[in-house]
Amino acid sequence: MSIMDYNGGSVVAMVGKDCVAIASDLRLGNQALGVSSNFQKIFPITDRIYLGLPGLATDVTTLKERFRFRVNMYTIKEEREIEPETFAHLVSSTLYEHRFGPYFCEPVMAGISKTPSGGIKPFIAATDLIGCLNFAKDFVVAGTASEKLFGVAEGLWEPDLEPEDLFETISQTIMNAVDRDAYSGWGCIVHVITKDKITTRTLKGRMD
Amino acid sequence: METSFGITGKGYVIIAADTTSARSIIKMKTDEDKIKTLSPHLLMAYSGEPGDTVQFAEFVERNIRLYQIRNLYALRPAAAAAWIRRALANSLRSRKPYGVNLLVGGYDTASTDPHLYWIDYFGAMTEVPFAAHGYGAYFALSLLDRYHDPEASLEEGLAVLRRCIDEVAKRLVIDPGKYKVKVVDKDGVREVEL
Repeated sequence: MSIMDYNGGSVVAMVGKDCVAIASDLRLGNQALGVSSNFQKIFPITDRIYLGLPGLATDVTTLKERFRFRVNMYTIKEEREIEPETFAHLVSSTLYEHRFGPYFCEPVMAGISKTPSGGIKPFIAATDLIGCLNFAKDFVVAGTASEKLFGVAEGLWEPDLEPEDLFETISQTIMNAVDRDAYSGWGCIVHVITKDKITTRTLKGRMD
Repeated sequence: METSFGITGKGYVIIAADTTSARSIIKMKTDEDKIKTLSPHLLMAYSGEPGDTVQFAEFVERNIRLYQIRNLYALRPAAAAAWIRRALANSLRSRKPYGVNLLVGGYDTASTDPHLYWIDYFGAMTEVPFAAHGYGAYFALSLLDRYHDPEASLEEGLAVLRRCIDEVAKRLVIDPGKYKVKVVDKDGVREVEL
């Protein structure tokens, strides 16, 4: 039994055409005992960045608060919103600060970044619990159902999905993956981020 | 074998905890109050490592009181729960962490609704409609899944609590014995007899 699996929970993020999506389950457990079916693991960082934090629930909350503080400080000092790439490195360095006594979370982030030419670029990234960054071009997964998420996402994801199709793909991915994992599930939440809109939907799932 | 329950209903939160204080196989005391009144509209049930429990509960009690004296108003349930969680989360990574599990129940006088928070000794916190700690949780949570009603009156809420207590008494190897039951609503905190 790993401490990473103590409370359960999973997150996945995917890239689409000028859009990104991030989804998680809503379970909080005490090992096999389910405690809450409304435990949020995905948090808005700016209007354009969402951060998913699967792992040990105490560190989920602590890191959420820590990142809120550090992003606020960045915004005040720089007098502008943080870019997704910058935020990814902020996450990485925050976690690496605790290299020999880590927070037991594997952050997954999704956002829309601006290119120097004025265009937009979808952005997703994930790190391990000590902050090793993984910039993926397709999808990233984390949590107790990560193996299952890899399998389903590998089968369903395709390049350049429109927001509606991306929503369908990520929803089917998370739902089918967490149904095969005893420590994840109890409902899901999906955020689809486009240039000028964020769509948030909660999905009903199996309650067993 | 410590057990505590929390149930929300229409405008109230019920917090119940057994009154047994045990050491090894010996019952040392059967009238221990394990529910603290933190402020006029806030209750906290605590269980876990003997010694840590009372020490931590009194630490929380005094800090919540200090905030009230300094600011002339009490912390709302969400804020109080967040502060308590942070105290536990910081303690977890200290040389000697507190091993205390909590149920924090309160009535928010500003938004006029009840709140219940489940907190474990790691500092994991979640807001829930009903909660339980200890071995009783394994029996009571499935019962509450079936019988809990967020719109229930206090009488109905206490009836559901009684079902939970009876089930634990029946199925758990050791009956936790008597319970102390406290209610918090718009009129504040009071103790009720089951």
